[in-house]
Amino acid sequence: MSTARTRVAPVPLGLPRRLVDITLDGEQVRVPEDSTILDACGAVGTEVPTLCYGDTLTPRNACRVCVVEVAGARTLAPACSRKVEEGMEVRTDSPRVRHSRRLVLELLGSSVDLSTTPGVAEWNERYGADPDRFGPRAEPAPLGERDARHAGEHEAGDGSAAATVEQPAKDDNDLYVRDYAKCIMCYKCVDACGEQWQNTFAIGVAGRGFDARISTEHDVALPDSACVYCGNCIEVCPTGALSFTTEFDMRAEGTWDESRQTRTTTVCTYCGVGCNVTLHVQENEIVKVTSPHDNPVTHGNLCIKGRFGFQHVQRDGERADRRGRSGGGPGRMG
Amino acid sequence: MDLQHLEAPPTDTERAAVDALLGPAGSAWEGGDRTEGDLRRADGGHAARARRDLLLPALHAVNDRIGWVSEEALGYICRRLTVPPAEAYGVATFYSMLSLRERPRRQVHVCTDIACTARGARRLRAEVAERLGEPGHAPRSGPPEGAARPEGAEDAEGPAATWAESPCLGLCERAPAALVLEAGERPRYAVAAPATAEEVCGAPAPPDAAPGVSDASGAFTDPAARPAPAGADRTDRTDRTGPADGTSGTNGSNGAHRLNGASPNGGRPAPRTTFSPDPLPGPAPEPPPEASVPQAGDPGLVLLRRIGTADPEDLDSYRAHGGYAALRRALLLGPSGVIREVTDAGLAGRGGAAFPTGRKWAATAQRPETPRYLVCNADESEPGTFKDRVIMEGDPFSLVEAMTIAGYAIGARTGYLYIRGEYPRALSRLENAIAQARARGLLGSDVLGSGFSFDIEIRRGAGAYICGEETAIFNSIEGLRGEPRSKPPFPVEYGLFGRPTAVNNVETLVNVLPILQMGGPAYASIGVPGSTGPKLYCVSGTVARPGVYELPFGATLRELLELAGGSASGRAPRAVLLGGAAGGFVRGDELDFPLTVQGARDAGTTLGSGVVLVFDDTVDLPAVLVRIAAFFRDESCGQCVPCRVGTVRQEEALVRLSGGTATGTELPLLREVGEAMRDASICGLGQTAWNAVESAIDRLGVFAETAPASPTAPEEAP
Repeated sequence: MSTARTRVAPVPLGLPRRLVDITLDGEQVRVPEDSTILDACGAVGTEVPTLCYGDTLTPRNACRVCVVEVAGARTLAPACSRKVEEGMEVRTDSPRVRHSRRLVLELLGSSVDLSTTPGVAEWNERYGADPDRFGPRAEPAPLGERDARHAGEHEAGDGSAAATVEQPAKDDNDLYVRDYAKCIMCYKCVDACGEQWQNTFAIGVAGRGFDARISTEHDVALPDSACVYCGNCIEVCPTGALSFTTEFDMRAEGTWDESRQTRTTTVCTYCGVGCNVTLHVQENEIVKVTSPHDNPVTHGNLCIKGRFGFQHVQRDGERADRRGRSGGGPGRMG
Repeated sequence: MDLQHLEAPPTDTERAAVDALLGPAGSAWEGGDRTEGDLRRADGGHAARARRDLLLPALHAVNDRIGWVSEEALGYICRRLTVPPAEAYGVATFYSMLSLRERPRRQVHVCTDIACTARGARRLRAEVAERLGEPGHAPRSGPPEGAARPEGAEDAEGPAATWAESPCLGLCERAPAALVLEAGERPRYAVAAPATAEEVCGAPAPPDAAPGVSDASGAFTDPAARPAPAGADRTDRTDRTGPADGTSGTNGSNGAHRLNGASPNGGRPAPRTTFSPDPLPGPAPEPPPEASVPQAGDPGLVLLRRIGTADPEDLDSYRAHGGYAALRRALLLGPSGVIREVTDAGLAGRGGAAFPTGRKWAATAQRPETPRYLVCNADESEPGTFKDRVIMEGDPFSLVEAMTIAGYAIGARTGYLYIRGEYPRALSRLENAIAQARARGLLGSDVLGSGFSFDIEIRRGAGAYICGEETAIFNSIEGLRGEPRSKPPFPVEYGLFGRPTAVNNVETLVNVLPILQMGGPAYASIGVPGSTGPKLYCVSGTVARPGVYELPFGATLRELLELAGGSASGRAPRAVLLGGAAGGFVRGDELDFPLTVQGARDAGTTLGSGVVLVFDDTVDLPAVLVRIAAFFRDESCGQCVPCRVGTVRQEEALVRLSGGTATGTELPLLREVGEAMRDASICGLGQTAWNAVESAIDRLGVFAETAPASPTAPEEAP
């Protein structure tokens, strides 16, 4: 049960919910009505891989790696969004399920750089996925080329190389980098930026099909867009396509090492809301800031100050200076 | 909403095009001039956002006027409709007929889809490329980068036209086909089928050609006060408060307002249509719709009987041929009576899924939420399908009447007619039919004095096959990207604007008229149990008399092909594609199964949308499969991984197989990718994207020679 996972805190309780009996891999499970199959799996400890699912967001069920087999249904169902129904029979490890999960991992792995996606290596092994089976990867596109593609048109090529979404990272501000070669189009950043959390609407999904991409209007650089640098998109990104400039640079240098990082959750000091911030510290320097998703007030969301305003804690803007920039963040930060 | 909008203003022409649809801007908050009063108020909230569904019509308005949508024009639309620019950009880049990059006013769409490929599209394509250069919207040489756009620059001389390879244009019976669209004060079009390169590449008319002609028809008669609307259905736009807030867009005062625009005496002269009635010069005049119906005039026809006999532009002629008798009967029966007749008739959806229409209507009608909506899916885009086009062009009033009956049955006050952007003549005919019906009180408040109010809004697609999916069509109408929604919830409970909605295909709806006229049980006696009524088939490819055919369910495929005159060349058919790109192939020696839902299922295939595309042994089947794969890659919305990437991998493997560079891994790879697409995709597009390829491999033995590929195969390849 999802509610069991949340910490003990004064959480407002909803109306009591009826319990529904379902069969999960042959086992009887009782879960509250309105739960998803994923909730039910979580309640009994059945592991289901997820990528586009976000614990603080409405499921988009776009990645299809969580599909399960529901008895009587023509197609597989996404566990993250399908609600349980009385008497439902669900199988999470049938041959059909394993096949689709394997293919989803292979299709994604062959077209997207998943090197910083947690869990993928283990899932590839569990499902026997071989993302290299589609042939050598095509050359990355030059920056801007994918953004200029027109819906309904494509160059077919000769089939000798597997098309990918790879392109150089978009590094147009001091605070975070958008490396869309790693983007699996989970829609989570768009939802976090838009009506589900931030209501800034700086980014949307543009284009169609394989050429669909996350974009500002007309692909303008972030400082020219509506972005307010809350970083809530980074918070929900499942693949590392969106990352702090600090993390991006350290990875490029080869100095990023999570095993040497500590995480300290504390309270943001900027205003009276009292958001929780989790400081990721490596070598006595804050390298990244996240926020606990189970905080009943902020659900993992922060503003620019809590997310990025940590430089004053440190000696000086050394890292920003190293990039040859003023180090003060985007112009609008003021 | 606190949105960041672009500061640069649109050109006067762009602004006029948008204002013609939306009316002049009410305040600085939506892009008008700043006044003292604007400083003391803020527009926002539901009222500002409730016009989001006008985003696609507004994009069309600019694209129709200029030929493309500039940053400034998109920015102005965003201000007018309170839409975040990033979202509007996402919507505009979703549709292939819209361009955000400057291009000439004239675009040539050359169909290179399967039916046209079977009849010479490849040569046409090469000849057009010779004249107009490479296809597509890739950046072209034009004005220097960064050059200021002077006022009126959109009418300046530039390259003659852009052209693009198009998915099926729905003109398969006259393949190879091309469609020419030209933006202007009154956009114009020409349909060329069969097309030659000379006629579709002709020199463009001078800027805003023949303005006298379009102005004489009454365009922009009152531009200072409020520009005349570009279509009668748009007249009430500035008055409405939006459909999501519980008030339907159709109320008494709006209805009256609408009538002012139409002539009170029988609808002549014709009301203003989006496209100019004068086609672009060049191609030969388009034949009338009955030319696409080889059976035209046969008294035994049910659905096609008026095509070629009644004047499709005259309501009186429609009534003289039995029109509006069904609506009168419906009003006598009452909504539940209509649903009972439709249920008794056993009518099943003709769009491909064959869901019982009576059940869909009953489920929608019994939902407590209001308003409920009717959506007519006229986004006919399945390659090889053109029956809905022929109905809409040849008998448009029948669709208006059928939608009125459906709206009555489910308790809807508004019906949306979503028609694909590639059907300009059908659009004009329907705009005319709806305006005439309104003028005569057959639409609007108090239809036929019954107290029932119903009106129809036309929404034009902009080049996206996926918008024919029953939930993607809602998103497209609502001004979102045309991505399918996850089901459940199903449309009958959570459809358009989140309200109970019945979505029906054109052919399904027009079947309601004979059901009400002859009664459900009598209708059910046509055809066979389980598949009742007449069925339309779109026969094309290498047959002698391609066209739309009407036969009762149960006739065999062989009988249908004989009716179509057999082979055009005298060669026996090698393969028949049933149901379009999402359907499947059968062999030329498998023609004796009955064309019913069950009969097709037993034969291991599907009727789908009624496509019957015949290939003789001169057709390059591997190339057809590559085209089908390219189609699905182009038309995938990109939402879910199996379809977004699977369609790409499928195309790559088929290109290798047909190009002689196969490595021996392709067939198992295709099968595995195909099964994942079928099992794990969100919607029917991905679920069926592998059907035709699978059947070609398994039934026709295409690529059979590569199946037992030896390990040496790669070395043999060039």
